Amino acid sequence: MDKSHFDRHTSAQYNAELEEARKNLMQMGGLVEQQVEDALKALMEMDTSLAQRVIDTDKTVNEMELEIDEECARILALRHPAASDLRFVIAVSKAVNDLERMGDEASKVAKHTLELADTGSGPQGYVELRHIGEKVRQMVSQSLDSFARLNTDSAFDVLQQDQAVDLEYGTAIRTLVTTMMEDPRTITRALNVMWSLRSLERIGDHARNVAESVIYLVKGKDVRHINLDQIEAQIKKK
Amino acid sequence: MTITNQYSEQKAETVTVAKTEPDQFDIGDWTQTVGDPLLDDPRLSARNVDVFYADNQAIENVSLDIGKNEVIAMIGPSGCGKSTFLRTLNRMNDSIDICKVRGEIILDGQNIYDKSMDVVELRAKVGMVFQKPNPFPKSIYDNVAYGPRIHGLVSRRAELDEVVETALRKAGLWDEAKDRLDKPATGLSGGQQQRLCIARTIAISPEVILMDEPCSALDPIATARIEELIAELSENYTIAIVTHSMQQAARVSQRTAYFHLGKLIEVGDTDKIFTSPDHKLTEDYITGRFG
Repeated sequence: MDKSHFDRHTSAQYNAELEEARKNLMQMGGLVEQQVEDALKALMEMDTSLAQRVIDTDKTVNEMELEIDEECARILALRHPAASDLRFVIAVSKAVNDLERMGDEASKVAKHTLELADTGSGPQGYVELRHIGEKVRQMVSQSLDSFARLNTDSAFDVLQQDQAVDLEYGTAIRTLVTTMMEDPRTITRALNVMWSLRSLERIGDHARNVAESVIYLVKGKDVRHINLDQIEAQIKKK
Repeated sequence: MTITNQYSEQKAETVTVAKTEPDQFDIGDWTQTVGDPLLDDPRLSARNVDVFYADNQAIENVSLDIGKNEVIAMIGPSGCGKSTFLRTLNRMNDSIDICKVRGEIILDGQNIYDKSMDVVELRAKVGMVFQKPNPFPKSIYDNVAYGPRIHGLVSRRAELDEVVETALRKAGLWDEAKDRLDKPATGLSGGQQQRLCIARTIAISPEVILMDEPCSALDPIATARIEELIAELSENYTIAIVTHSMQQAARVSQRTAYFHLGKLIEVGDTDKIFTSPDHKLTEDYITGRFG
């Protein structure tokens, strides 16, 4: 299945409607990707105005969610899509939901950044935050790219990355807990960092969901709640 | 009037010789039906069925089982052979001189194309409902009573009354028709006439009911009532329905068979066919794509 698959209906109008939904999803994806990147940059560089911009962008993201959902509802009502078209509409609708949640989490990171800035301390030294943040940003980008290209291999790679991020997240939290125990004065600051880590990890989970939607769309197989080996087997199947 | 005449009245309906349309689709590497055409415990089994109209092959090597109490929908573009196949299931094609059928169709352990098969008896077991409601120009009562009478299923009037009432109730027409049983059936609305035809079919307790586009001449409300009726009837009967409406196929059937240029391309659970069909031709058809 490639992108042209959705451009071959007898009804040109139907083609246009699906393309419109796809285009808007990608646009929203681009916005959220930027939001995640900016949130991370703001956190690392303690850039409060950039953090504020991330929070403000969330409004636009929310509006786009409503708009695309409405488009999906319209297609369902008027076109009664079946098979891959139906899966496409479902996948778009789910991905939109995940993107909106990613936007929320990016905003949360930005809010923690503002709080960290208020306490006058940056998260310097927290290598994990930078590392996990970069990985998650990459996952978001790749999940959207695999949606655009309907590429299940790339989507599967996102699932694998999510597992790695979850492991790193666990380690980072343990390190932070140790720091807090060693020096209770760091607790306020460490909590903000911890919550930011938590948000980043959640963004990774949502990227994983988007990747799962891509596999569902292309392969017609629901790969949620099964392990990576089983998912890989599903993808390899014809 | 004999039962043969009953069906010759419907002959005008049946003689629409399917012509295979020019290749709009590339049949590609078709070798055999995808999915699960065969069942463990079928009610009706078709095996390697070929149908020819003179030299024109309308059905090619179709093998398909129809299960007990299941509704199977047959879909496909015009001229794909779905109606032709449906009609082979109760030998409705016999009325077309140039039509030849090869292969076997087994009902209750017997090939219905055997010389020993009594066609009248077969059509009592395998009833049919047509695209256009075709009530006899008689009263509502007589329409339903016609089959039981000529098949000698009842001996007393009271018994016949009961059969007629039961059939009309099952067809969801009793409440609307009980006060006008002696009125001409042609005075009913299109949807009511179609339900009357279904009542007429079930009055002789068939095993299988074939429906050829039963709703295409009806409005959405009447269609919804027939669909509801199909769901109820499937508790007691096996139903094979040919429809051009894919939403209808999706709504009423448990299994769906996709025909294309006389070949049975794919058979599977309706859920599967409409969410993730295996064959590209099926996908293209149900999603409205051109090949």
